[in-house]
Amino acid sequence: MIEHRHALEDLLFRMADDALIYGHRNSEWTGLAPILEEDIAFSSIAQDKLGHALALYRMLADMGHAQPDTLAFTRNEREFRCCQLVELPTQDYAVALMRHALFDIAEQIRYEMLESSAFRPLAELARKVRGEIKYHVFHATSWLRMLGSNGTDESRARMQAALDMLFPYALGIFEPSRYDEELSTSGIFPGEAELQHRWLDEIVPVLENSGYRVPSLDAVEPVYGGRSGYHSEHLGPLLDEMTAVFRLDPDAEW
Amino acid sequence: MVTMSTATLTTDDVLAALAQVHDPELPMLSIVDMGIVTSVEIAPDSISVAITPTFVGCPALTMIERAVRETLQQFPVERVEVRVDYSTPWTTNRMTERGRQALAEHGLAPPPRFEGDFEPAILLNAQCPYCGSTNTHLRSPFGAALCRAVYYCNDCRQAFEQFKPVG
Repeated sequence: MIEHRHALEDLLFRMADDALIYGHRNSEWTGLAPILEEDIAFSSIAQDKLGHALALYRMLADMGHAQPDTLAFTRNEREFRCCQLVELPTQDYAVALMRHALFDIAEQIRYEMLESSAFRPLAELARKVRGEIKYHVFHATSWLRMLGSNGTDESRARMQAALDMLFPYALGIFEPSRYDEELSTSGIFPGEAELQHRWLDEIVPVLENSGYRVPSLDAVEPVYGGRSGYHSEHLGPLLDEMTAVFRLDPDAEW
Repeated sequence: MVTMSTATLTTDDVLAALAQVHDPELPMLSIVDMGIVTSVEIAPDSISVAITPTFVGCPALTMIERAVRETLQQFPVERVEVRVDYSTPWTTNRMTERGRQALAEHGLAPPPRFEGDFEPAILLNAQCPYCGSTNTHLRSPFGAALCRAVYYCNDCRQAFEQFKPVG
């Protein structure tokens, strides 16, 4: 597998950075979510995502990269490969819930596709992670319905506004990679275009059945850049905050 | 000191020793009853044990790994190896009957068994560990630990937790 090393590393960094940054954003609801159950839900999902990030960084460490903590806490903004969707701030609960659905359904399909990956550690992790992500998707789609078809005019309008704002960023999850073809032909991962295709097949009916209008693909410009290190203005401040404790004493034993 | 050579050491001996190791988040349950020990290999000079996490982000795993290593030191072997791997993914179906009873005795509803792929919708039905009623309501699929969901029993009017099914 070492002959596809660069392609594999690129995929692992994209996935690990998504999980880390999205996990951090979810953790921001700890103590602040509208009701206690949601506080616990977002905190639990954050913990799961950090676990996924750790497992992926560990694969990179096993391939000769630095240790997981070093990868998570010492790289600068330009070295991160997360999509911009996961960086967006979480002040609005409707935005948090809508992003949760858009992102986690993509995660679920990505890991399903990886269950048959030619890179065995990733295939084994994918089979392990699927059960956890089912709960994330279950949680997200329950709220889509509660605030959509089963909600009020206000809840539907706020969720719809969140969907309209987030949809271009969600398409940025699937930013083409120069390694897509190599990943596909080597059997590691079928590629971002295939993932986007399957995601649309799934997310569009879920959204429509929950009472939302899905923006037309022709009218939307995907927000790309994150996968090559170009980020929104929100990632820098997030990294400053996330790494503050680590930087106080980088050699500390935890 | 146990007087034993690996020539007579069996997998059951190792499992009996590992049954003394408990999950710090679920002290009523041994790691063997939890089903996270996925392999035990005995060689002339070494014992190798594989464990698999319940959840990938389980914070108790490092402590469990260390406890397993310390427990294996009691055997007269040169090397003990503890591996964490995902090749045999953990599911709640791996939990033993004794483990399930231990959970119920401590007020934590055992995970429902499932065939094939589980769907989170099976979470909606849980039996109250206090009064046995199934007239219960799922409050949240997430609880105080990654492995728990929170319920309310409409009959005995108690909140309770269920070890949630995963697979």
